[in-house]
Amino acid sequence: MRPVYVVGGGVSKFAKARPDKNFQGLVKEAYDSAVHDLGLEVGRFTELVDGSVASYFSDHFARQLMAGAMAQDYLGLCPKPSVRVEGGGATGGLCFQEAWKAVASGFLDICVAYGFETESRVETWKGNEFIALASDVNFDYPVGGFYTGYYAMMVTRHMKEFGTTVAQMAHVSIKNHANALYNPYSQKGARYTVADVRTSAMVAWPLTRLDICLMSDGSAVVVLASDDGLRRLEASGAKVPRPLVRVAGVGCATDAMRLADRPHLDYDTFMRLYATDEEKSSEEIKAYYRGLWDRGFRYPGVHSCRAGRVAANMAYRAAGVSSPLRDLAFVELYDAYTSSEIQAYEDLGLCRYGEGGPFAAAGKTFMPGIDYGLDLPERPACPVNPSGGLIACGHAIGATGLMQAVFATWQVQGRIAHHFGSGTLQVANARRGAFHSHAGTGTYETVTVLEAAS
Amino acid sequence: MGKTRDESNRPLGGSVAHTLPFPRELTPESLALLKKTSPLVVELPYAITYLHSYGQDSPFFAGLTNGVLLGSREPETGYTYGTPRGHGMYSGEETEWVRLPDQGIVHAFTVCHFGSEEFLAETPFVLALIEFEGVNTLFLARLRGVQPEKASLDWIGMKVRARYLRNSQLKPTDVYFVPA
Repeated sequence: MRPVYVVGGGVSKFAKARPDKNFQGLVKEAYDSAVHDLGLEVGRFTELVDGSVASYFSDHFARQLMAGAMAQDYLGLCPKPSVRVEGGGATGGLCFQEAWKAVASGFLDICVAYGFETESRVETWKGNEFIALASDVNFDYPVGGFYTGYYAMMVTRHMKEFGTTVAQMAHVSIKNHANALYNPYSQKGARYTVADVRTSAMVAWPLTRLDICLMSDGSAVVVLASDDGLRRLEASGAKVPRPLVRVAGVGCATDAMRLADRPHLDYDTFMRLYATDEEKSSEEIKAYYRGLWDRGFRYPGVHSCRAGRVAANMAYRAAGVSSPLRDLAFVELYDAYTSSEIQAYEDLGLCRYGEGGPFAAAGKTFMPGIDYGLDLPERPACPVNPSGGLIACGHAIGATGLMQAVFATWQVQGRIAHHFGSGTLQVANARRGAFHSHAGTGTYETVTVLEAAS
Repeated sequence: MGKTRDESNRPLGGSVAHTLPFPRELTPESLALLKKTSPLVVELPYAITYLHSYGQDSPFFAGLTNGVLLGSREPETGYTYGTPRGHGMYSGEETEWVRLPDQGIVHAFTVCHFGSEEFLAETPFVLALIEFEGVNTLFLARLRGVQPEKASLDWIGMKVRARYLRNSQLKPTDVYFVPA
């Protein structure tokens, strides 16, 4: 595989509703933003592009089949090669990785990954129905299909198993909403308290409205290039920021669509197949896990996401990440729910399984320099969702993973202040970071590590 | 991702428009001003009736109609699925049908106060993953006979038993669980 660089990206304003543009117009907004940031004329850039990958989740939202082909046409990218990628909430993350494969394999030198979703085109309850159709329509959907309900079941088990509390979950909501105040692309920055989160409308016990991400209209675009592609862009006048952002590792994994089918594995199988290298090498961690299994813990059950762990291990090994909390400066992860951020802390190895709740409230995942109104016992170590995450940026499904990629790229480039108009969310020395996306109840997951090229 | 249920009562439709504001004369200036037009949003109803086949899962639904809860088992290993599947996840071999116990325990649950449009009228309802003795995987069902406003983690581990709708709807909700 050849080295692949993220040379640029753009994001549309995410909003509850963007009736001012159809999906092609939204993609164009992010595309033009990415191109202008490279200092190129749109027509010249488009000539240089070798192909693309399109990302959108649901044909239902736009009520348009082959919407990817229409976006390709609108961007002026015909007759270059393109393919549409779909994998639920992980669509954007998968799209990024397909674009990476196209460049890494030598098929393309300059590849545009674009994604969008227009969820405002139906009422929220119908949108939830579309999303719930991404669950087994024989056995799950008809029982009361609702993704918030599925995740709420996962977290009740997490709470029962580990003692995770709703106050710990509220810390995630407070952090992500407060971070988003400094991100002009986000949908809903706000200052909240634990009481605000707990007294907002109950949606699926124990998840309240402020534990849950937002329906959005939005788009995002990422430009990937090989060394040859980079040379071609720069020879044409593109101003690709330094440090260059290299794709250091990608990982992708799957699990059973039906939560009910998830295995309940023993300690030895977990250690052999799923433990991180850090967990395998620590007697203390192994003893901790033996204790969990002695108390009846089984893996992954419905409280943990095996696909996230497998994807993380794959990406970390490629990138040389041996201790995620130490080796990653930041993580943009898939906080569709406050509870799923806590699950992802564990799946991504930022803390041990069972410790996601206390980890959420410890302070390590918060940004320095922001007053969250919380008493946090520890200093920031690896900010998680410095952008505000899905909870506050919004979740325009096909765009989301690419939006995370764009924010992660800007972090590694050290250009958050340039794009956000404030450096408040710039993570110091962000030489290496990861973004993570998630579909179903952990059915598809992707982890991608970006780092500053030396 | 949610609004509260009350908002679902808000009517969507407005008045029928027979004309829309538009320049009387098409001049370069008036054409240029069209870019300032606010978006036109209309309602487009869309309805589908599927001839949905339960395929290889069909006997499960026939079982519910007859008051029998079926799972499936990998013949070689005996690994038993609380939610049936035609082929084993591990062996890849065709599974065999088995009758599941009528009693189990709650493994995880939630109370849905909001939901997809199809189920809004049924809120609040309780979803639960049911665990059966000697069965390796779980089963998703509605839990009745508990008070939704008194949701408690103590419900996890509760003994429950299956009950069946008298008039089958040929849906997985033909079976539901109540405290045993």
